[in-house]
Amino acid sequence: MSQTIVIDPVTRIEGHSKITIQLDDRGEVVDAQFHVTQFRGFERITQGRPVHEMPALMARICGICPVSHLIASAKAVDDIMAVEPTPTGADLRRVINLGQIVQSNALSFFHLSSPDLLFGFDGDPAQRNILGVAAANPQLARDGIGLRKWGQQIIEWMGGKRIHPEGIVPGGVAFRLTEEVRDRILAGVPDALAATERAIAWYKSDMLRWEEEATTLGNFRSAFMALVDRQGNVDHYGGWIKVIDADGHALAEPIDPKHFNDYIGEAVEPWSYLKSTFWKPMGYPDGIYRVGPLARLNVAEKTGTPRADEELEKFRWRVGRVASSSFHYHYARLIDTLHAIEKIELLLRGPEITGPHTRSTAGINRNEGIGVSEAPRGTLMHHYKVDDDGLVEWVNLVIATGHNNMAMNRAVLQVARHYVKGDRLEESMLNRVESVIRCYDPCLSCSTHALGQMAIKIDLLAPDGRVLSQLAR
Amino acid sequence: MTVYTLKIDGRDVAGSEGQSIMDVAEENGIDIPGLCHLPGIHDRGACRLCVVKIGGSPRLAAACVTKIAEGMDVVAHDEELEEYRRAATEMMFLERNHVCAVCVANNHCELQDLSADLGLTHFELPRISPTVDVDLSHKLFGLDHNRCILCLRCVRVCDEIEGAHVWDVMQRGLETRIQADMGVDWGDSVTCTSCGKCVQVCPTGALFEKGRPVAAGTRDERPFLPWLRVHQEERGL
Repeated sequence: MSQTIVIDPVTRIEGHSKITIQLDDRGEVVDAQFHVTQFRGFERITQGRPVHEMPALMARICGICPVSHLIASAKAVDDIMAVEPTPTGADLRRVINLGQIVQSNALSFFHLSSPDLLFGFDGDPAQRNILGVAAANPQLARDGIGLRKWGQQIIEWMGGKRIHPEGIVPGGVAFRLTEEVRDRILAGVPDALAATERAIAWYKSDMLRWEEEATTLGNFRSAFMALVDRQGNVDHYGGWIKVIDADGHALAEPIDPKHFNDYIGEAVEPWSYLKSTFWKPMGYPDGIYRVGPLARLNVAEKTGTPRADEELEKFRWRVGRVASSSFHYHYARLIDTLHAIEKIELLLRGPEITGPHTRSTAGINRNEGIGVSEAPRGTLMHHYKVDDDGLVEWVNLVIATGHNNMAMNRAVLQVARHYVKGDRLEESMLNRVESVIRCYDPCLSCSTHALGQMAIKIDLLAPDGRVLSQLAR
Repeated sequence: MTVYTLKIDGRDVAGSEGQSIMDVAEENGIDIPGLCHLPGIHDRGACRLCVVKIGGSPRLAAACVTKIAEGMDVVAHDEELEEYRRAATEMMFLERNHVCAVCVANNHCELQDLSADLGLTHFELPRISPTVDVDLSHKLFGLDHNRCILCLRCVRVCDEIEGAHVWDVMQRGLETRIQADMGVDWGDSVTCTSCGKCVQVCPTGALFEKGRPVAAGTRDERPFLPWLRVHQEERGL
């Protein structure tokens, strides 16, 4: 018996997705799949273009995370030119990347997820949005909007514009940082730190309310992957890829990002345009791992900045050395943001940050290049091959959301098993499924761009494939 | 030298024998658009953006290659001419693949500026979307045929100013392309002196300095080819 429930207002999931839940003869959930139903094709449309254009082309993948793609792409072209960016250029890239982390993390936590935390998962859908938050907890909404604004301003002031900035180029950055802009960014640091710490305090005070969600929203054992620096601390820009198992043991020596292909495999399923990456030594689908803010905190020894390290200690005291529940992505995202703000200040106070040497130049010195960095949602990998003149011949992008694909599927299955009873879908189930996906803050727009209403659709299938119930927004 | 008096858009203006309508309009602060026109090199009337109406003649004339005459009555701006110019500009876009957002010439592009001036906000004709080459074989410069509007400024500046005549035109119609020497890759050209004048005069991002980031512009910040003016004066143009 098919049933469609239309829910208004619009949800808070990026892009178009569909979920299928499979029931067995007894009406028990046996499988669940998270489908990303659209195709972008950037790997194909960039073939034949000059490789120096790649950062700007790649930025167009996403309007929320253009900087992440710019950074990974510029690093891949650095590799093709066989040059290191100048120290000032590298630090300026770090700052703008962290500005992106702050604004995107703020968007995810305050604008998209805080309504669930404030009003509850069964709360009135009409209220569960940032405007509802502004009415019920004005300080929280103000903090979120302020943080996002500051992050966006860093991108605008340093890169030329907020969305698809042009400042990040192969070899470094195009514009020298003026002392005036540096001081303007620094002036916003105290407010940004205070806003983040207020949010952390609020989250912690409310945390126990979500005990059931913390145990049922994507709570499972898996490996984690993130970039770390020489000391094993969080590094959003460079360093080495580190992968740990669910108990915190390293699965390999820190990996040079240029050799990621030896360790990371990609699987394609016929039901989704989103690739599933896996840890090669464990094979597919056993090699499941997670990336993003939670992975960064699980993998790293410390964040490397004092206030964030203090919060990290409390975080580990509450959730364990390796947090296994995806629900803790929210908490981790706030600490990640705190670290990013501290790190921005640290970098901007460096003596060379306003120096004139912002860019290395070179021709095409290799036919292949790899660039890896941490995007807000996790480790991002760009891999290009070019001809001797520098025309792009082949591109492969491994997007953070792809790393989390198997984990999202498993999380959806877990939620479905816990909340779906019989052959009917309830609104609260839909919101919990959305919430678990929201934990990962997936950038479906990295694989989809859609006009109109953002949509999530859930099909509940009988053993014979019959649609028992359908829920759509 | 004979001086002629004439009207452009109802204004009484004067010019010397041998001057084009475009020259006289420029001298009098009347803006007639043109993408192939560049002071200092010969005009060729290719882009058809400077078309004007003369007297009661039903035939449109390109202002850059039409000499002035005594008593001429020139209409350089009216609704019909704007429509023709919009159509000509639209067809330039549709013949190749112009993607401003990721173009080195973004915000420094004469084609882009002209479209904005003419209010060309969307395309009504179907796109052709041809597959065309990008030539990055030269060690300093690149050529992206996707962005070429065949103004042939590069051909003329290379021939008339640099004296190398690297560039010329091959094939016909939609297949028309500029070519280096006799159709070799630019990097294999034996006549190119790598002076960069062609890059300096390109109105779009078709010719560019390699490694320049998007929207950085194709040209140097130095004064725009002052030697073109000098050369023009020396030749008594």
